[in-house]
Parts: sequence; C-alpha cells; structure tokens
Amino acid sequence: MSYTIEGKTGTWEIVVGLEVHAQIISHSKLFSGASASYGGEPNTHVSLVDAGFPGMLPVLNRECVAQAVRTGLGLRARINLESRFDRKNYFYADLPTGYQISQFTHPIVGEGTVEIELADGTVRHIGITRLHIEQDAGKSMHDQDPARSFIDLNRAGVALMEIVSEPDIRNPEEAGAYLRKLRQILRYLGTCDGNMEEGSMRADVNVSVRKAGEPFRTRCEIKNVNSIRYVMHAIEVEAARQVEVWEDGGEVDQETRLFDPARNETRSLRSKEDAHDYRYFPDPDLLPLVVEQEWVDELERALPELPDDKRDRFIRQYGIPRYDASVLVAEQAIADYYEEVAKGRDARLAANWVTGDLFGALNRTGRTIQDSPISAQALGGMLDLMADKTINGKIAKEVFEDMLETGDSAADIVERKGLKQVTDTGAIDAAVADVLARNADKVEEYRGGKDRLFGFFVGQVMKAMAGKANPAIVNEALKKVL
Amino acid sequence: MSLDPATVRRIARLARIGIDESDLQSLQGELNGILGWVEQLNEVDVEGGSPMVGTGHAALRTREDVVTDGNCREAVLSNAPDAVGPFYTVPKVVE
Repeated sequence: MSYTIEGKTGTWEIVVGLEVHAQIISHSKLFSGASASYGGEPNTHVSLVDAGFPGMLPVLNRECVAQAVRTGLGLRARINLESRFDRKNYFYADLPTGYQISQFTHPIVGEGTVEIELADGTVRHIGITRLHIEQDAGKSMHDQDPARSFIDLNRAGVALMEIVSEPDIRNPEEAGAYLRKLRQILRYLGTCDGNMEEGSMRADVNVSVRKAGEPFRTRCEIKNVNSIRYVMHAIEVEAARQVEVWEDGGEVDQETRLFDPARNETRSLRSKEDAHDYRYFPDPDLLPLVVEQEWVDELERALPELPDDKRDRFIRQYGIPRYDASVLVAEQAIADYYEEVAKGRDARLAANWVTGDLFGALNRTGRTIQDSPISAQALGGMLDLMADKTINGKIAKEVFEDMLETGDSAADIVERKGLKQVTDTGAIDAAVADVLARNADKVEEYRGGKDRLFGFFVGQVMKAMAGKANPAIVNEALKKVL
Repeated sequence: MSLDPATVRRIARLARIGIDESDLQSLQGELNGILGWVEQLNEVDVEGGSPMVGTGHAALRTREDVVTDGNCREAVLSNAPDAVGPFYTVPKVVE
C-alpha cells in the first residue's frame, strides 16, 4: 500500500524506523536486588546501587538476560553469544549515577525480522536491526512544587529491552501494525506486558521524508510516544512538517522532538548542541556477558508457540480463513478459548461463534476473554446441541443470549424454555398445510413462477412453530407439497 | 592527539564543570599530558590479537531473579540535600 505526501514540488515518501523500549518482566532489577514491580511507595523499590551511592557494584540479573534472549528468538533474530555493557553518559535528575548502563557496540541480539499484515491483506517484513539490554531511569514529577522537581527512583534500574527496527516502515499504518505485532510477540513470550499506558512499552519514532528514488534525508527523532495511535499521528504531522521545511528551501535539522497530542504537532525538545554526545565507553564494573549456545537452545525449546506459527496451524488444522485465524491468535487467551471450543467440534462453526457472537457480547458487556460470561466449555456445549440437531441456528442465538444473561448451560435453557427443535415430520407437515391454506393467493403466485416466495413460506412455517422446526425438514416438506 | 581550547571547554560543559577562562590553558596542558602518556600504548604491536577487556579470565557474575534489596528509603535519602517527604527534590527541570 503506498502512502505519499503531495507537495508543491512533487511527491514525497515517508521513511520511518522505530526504537521500542520494552520493560522486561522480572521480579528484581537489572543490576540490583530491589523490586522491579510497578507502583509501590516512592523510593522504596530502591537499593543503594540504584541510587548511585559510591562503591556500589552492579550484579547482572540472569533472568533478564534470558528474557532478552527469548525475545530475540521470538523475533527470529541472531543471538550474540558474547555481548558487552557500556556506559551512556548524560546528566538528568532521575539518573543518579550520571550514566545509563546499556549495550552500545555489542548488543545481545542482532538482526531479525517481524512479519506484519495490513488491512488490505498485504504482508510485509520489517527488519530488526538489534535488541539490547539497558536500565530504565527514575521518574521526575514537575507539578508538585513551583520551584522544585520531585524524584522517585522506583523505576531506576529496572531492565529494559531496546528493540530497534530498520528504516523499513513507509507509512503510519505500517508503524501501527508493527507495534501491535511486536506487542503481541512480547506478550506471547511473557517478556514484557506491553502496557503502553503504564509506560512499560514506549516508542521513539525516527522520521524522514524523500522523493522517490532518493537516498535517505536527515531524520528527526520523536521521543517517548506512549500509544500506538499517537505514533501514527506523530508520523503524519512530522512528515508533513518536514516536507514544508524542504519545500520552503530550508534544511531539516537532525534533532530530538516531542509529540504534543493536544495540539497535534511536534516541537523541538533539546538544544541540539550537546544532543547525542553520550561519550559511550565500556563499563569497567562489568565483564563481557558470555552465554552458551546450549543455554540458548534450552530457552528456544521452552518457547511457547508464536502467533504466526499458531495462525498457520489454525488455518491448516481447523480449515478456517486466514483472517479469522489472525483474529483468533491476537491474544493467547483467545486462541486457547477457541481451541477449547473447537476441540472435537465443527471448527469453522466454532470460529464463527467466537469471532462473531462472543466477541460482540464481550464488547457490549465490556469484558475480556479472561472473564467471559460464557466459558469455552459452555459455548462448546451449545454447539453440541446444534450438532445433534437439538436446536437450530436461529434458536441457538436465543439460547446464547440467555446464557449470557443467566449463566445457565445451553441444555438447561433449552429444557427450561422448551426450545428443543421439532423434527417430527407429522407436526411440520401439519404446519405446512396450514400455512399454505391461509396463503392460497401466494401459492398461486409461486406456482406461476414467483420462486422468491419460497423463503416466505419457510418463514411462515418457522413462525407458526415458534422457530423450533428443523429448517431442513421444513424445506423438504414445502418442496414436496408445492 | 591534542585538545584545543574549544574541546576542553566542551568537555567541561558535558561534565557540568564550570571553569574559568584563565584556567583553560593550564587544563589544556594537563589533559594533553594525560593523553600523551596514554598514547604510548600505540607503540605496542597488537596486529592479529583479538580485542581484550582485561587480563583476568573470570566470567561475569550474575544473580538469581529474586528481590533481596530495597525498602531502605531512609538510607537512600540520607545524602539528599533537600528531600521532601519520600522524594528527592532538585531545582525544577522542565523542557
């Protein structure tokens, strides 16, 4: 799908690369034994290591390394058996040591790829440049006091993965699809909860524009965008701004910018003079990180089935369309629910009920699949009643609504309301005869060639039998008489 | 390699160290002295050797992912010049 900007001087295309900071799920911090959990009283999840006290030494959390390796494997990326930690030096009040421990020259994960799917069904591959491990900073609060900023270091030292994409993204939709896919993979792996509101996943967006066929022009980095929608908006407005700058004869400066969603604009954030002068050097407190291939293999064997693999298996195993399969694997819990319903049943029918009526019901009631008012077993029980022809599709809708409301089983509802499908041909024949007798004129028209009226007769018979007749038998009976 | 006065000024600013113009020349001399001393390492022939980070052969120490530290706010804030309640405070920084 092509997305371009029509300028005064011609057509421009957008080039985007994303740096995603994903907080690693772990109990304790990357280099200290303080708790890594969110919340907590200010400055209680802090050790003297995190607070940058003199003489404190960092000791690496092995599980954080495992989480980064799992993520690398999930991104089909190269795992670097030897990597190193560097110091990135800058001054900010929520960075007590004056440097962030990161991986600059030797990251733990190298090139990989993420497959994205767009609304029109196009599949694209976005390259991953690298993934490295680093520390998060603390939190500054600027609204507590007119003259002072308040600092809480609970988050300082929590482990992050920075996941850097190649500049392969060409429009806002692809950026959105990439972030959603990345979040899905992280959640499947259990390496990051992907919660952008709480800041456990945030994106820096690199944007530049160019005329078709040109090499890359200067890019700007939009820092810390905290929702997928904002990332998409930021790309749009920043690209438009750059086109205007170039077309007015100006130059785009390489700088860090901030996206202001309220005003839907980006603006320059730091004086560029000192920006990116981080004076990286190897952290003398930490030896190179060496991991064994055997350990990596062990982690790989224990990985869960990834979304793309699960989708392909669903298509193969259950014979459902690719679109349905993609929807069903969006979250692991949904996929598990579906598989429970589909097990030993009509898998296509199961997919229709889960993606149709169930999703609709969850939407209406504001529930998630985890606290679905209808369990997978209960929905399966209803499908069983359809399969053995106890109820037809129309009655099933009614039963489903009742289940939603009362939480009763499908069988109980059918019993309570007397909804059992009528397959007694005698009763159906009688209803057919009655309907035809009352609509003699329409029967004439039908016999005169107005075939469409067949549906009318079916409807009337079903209505006469309160919807409980077996539709196949009704069709059969009508055809016979007409 | 030798540093000019502008580079010395820049290094000082990056390190947030205020220096008087009158000190610039002596600082430049001192820094260049240090660099010159380290530059002697260039005389060593390292052709064919792989990069090394130290002379020890120890592996990086790691720890289990368990919470063993924290909950020591008093100690954490003990050096803070202007703590307010449970927080450090600094002169307002807003970009």
